[in-house]
Amino acid sequence: MNSNAQVATYSPAAAIPPAALRRHNLWDAVFRGATRAASVLVLLLLGAVIAALIHGSVPSFKAFGFGFLTSETWNPVTEKFGALPAIYGTVVTSVLAMLIGIPVSLGIAIFITELCPRWLKRPISTAIELLAGVPSIIYGIWGLFVLAPFLQKHVQPLVISLFAGVPGLSSLFAGPPYGIGTFTAGIILSVMVLPYITSVTRDVFETVPAVLKESAYGLGCTTWEVVRHVMLPYTRVGVIGGVMLGLGRALGETMAVTFVIGNAHKIASSILAPGTTISATIANEFAEAEGDLYTSALIELGLILFVITFLVLAAARLLLLRAEMKGR
Amino acid sequence: MANPIYTRRRVTNQVIMALAWAAAISGIIILALILSTLFVKGFAGLSLTLFTQSTPAAGENGGLLNAIVGSVIMTVLGTLIGTPIGILAGTYMAEFGRATKLTFAVRFINDILLSAPSILIGLFVYDVMVTRMHHASAWAGSVALAMLVVPVVVRTTENMLLLVPDSLREASSALGSPRWIVIMKVAYRAARAGMLTGVLLAVARITGETAPLLFTASGNQFMSTDMNAPMASLPVVIFNFANSAYADWRQLAWTAALLITLTVLTLNIGARTLSTPRSKES
Repeated sequence: MNSNAQVATYSPAAAIPPAALRRHNLWDAVFRGATRAASVLVLLLLGAVIAALIHGSVPSFKAFGFGFLTSETWNPVTEKFGALPAIYGTVVTSVLAMLIGIPVSLGIAIFITELCPRWLKRPISTAIELLAGVPSIIYGIWGLFVLAPFLQKHVQPLVISLFAGVPGLSSLFAGPPYGIGTFTAGIILSVMVLPYITSVTRDVFETVPAVLKESAYGLGCTTWEVVRHVMLPYTRVGVIGGVMLGLGRALGETMAVTFVIGNAHKIASSILAPGTTISATIANEFAEAEGDLYTSALIELGLILFVITFLVLAAARLLLLRAEMKGR
Repeated sequence: MANPIYTRRRVTNQVIMALAWAAAISGIIILALILSTLFVKGFAGLSLTLFTQSTPAAGENGGLLNAIVGSVIMTVLGTLIGTPIGILAGTYMAEFGRATKLTFAVRFINDILLSAPSILIGLFVYDVMVTRMHHASAWAGSVALAMLVVPVVVRTTENMLLLVPDSLREASSALGSPRWIVIMKVAYRAARAGMLTGVLLAVARITGETAPLLFTASGNQFMSTDMNAPMASLPVVIFNFANSAYADWRQLAWTAALLITLTVLTLNIGARTLSTPRSKES
């Protein structure tokens, strides 16, 4: 049997010179080390952001303590700063965005998964995703020149007169119609979070086993009943995750809000009045801020925003992770 | 047949499904409204001087040359800095440490970075670079943009590499390839289209980013290619000009907005067509 001898001479270990093997081992180690270092760097980036924000807000924290969170003053001249109006504006605009954005997003997701003719599925999904691709400054300039005047002329007078006699609501929607303000910011935000919530919701809706839906339809359920009693319970965790993801975006959104909110450091009882948010305050004032305390107060605002969005986004990711486990 | 329960269920269903239709249509209408406004207002300002002159002082004629050049320089540099880091980290997560604690931690943190408010990245780079150099610079702007590129690229790289069947890697290893050749020549090649999509999406994202540039690269009224000096960019020009009292400044802002949107949408659609054949196969 000659062939045995031949196999022995062509065995890989004998064919590769030891120097080449060593070189490959070295390259393997280098490559592995580089990729590992890059992953650690990603972790460090977030750590560094947190450290920088904390470091930057020390002077402001020393000056104002926890009173910063509850004070309504914002006066660069006397160097008295409080975060409450900005926090309030951030929360109110985001809540408004969610109130409008969630039903519309769910509607679109239901449309795409249950109602839409097959040929229309791709174009509609693409259009919604392009909406997510439009930069936020474009929403800002559009909101300022198109949406705000439209709301001022046609929507806000109507809302004001509609709720004028209703106790509670009348002060919430009190005039005059400025056009720009908290209300307009909320509407712009609702358009901006729409694609995020829609795409997550559509994805988790697609994970519902066809058998479940078919059994419900087979029992005589209407489409709405299938959505309400089969799809939503099955995908609840994922849908909530998507909503939280949208909320995270809304809380931190900067440019679009900066254009339309009016940048007024006060808490107005009417949501039609100008206000401000954390990110809009930073965008508007940071470049012009004079003095260490002013800068530091703005950085502390950033830290507060970071903590809020971090909690919301972390919750979103954990929920989506749970939904993914279930989908498998 | 007029059973009240059936009628109620049918009507409820019809109303809600009509609302779902309305929601989908309104989504399309909003996109159409935004794009049509941009085209109408932006096209009015398109001219050759746009690309040959820098942003004007009040009351003078001018273009967007310095902003276009600045945007291109900082976007390219941001991509060049961010992409290698993103690809390497994504490679570690998909190839070397698939089930390690580090991978889980990075995936979680990366997802948070992906949606973190970009203005905070601006604050961070300001604190780390601008305060030390005592002035805004194009380098600081590029680094801020790079920090936005990283999470997008990490995510797509990891996902695309995980789609490559392990049998391919095993076949390559069985032929005697060392690990780095398996990754470079087999895994990367199989996942190339998807990874490129990720990079394009990242470029699309930073092209329109304004918040992180406001106090890192700041703005510059004049043409500048000095990386250590403040540099103009299209988004910052929009921010500064849109609210101004001068009609020609507002016009420039609209035209800049049109340029950015066209670039971003082209990149998005390009990324989509690149990744489409893949998703059809799987």
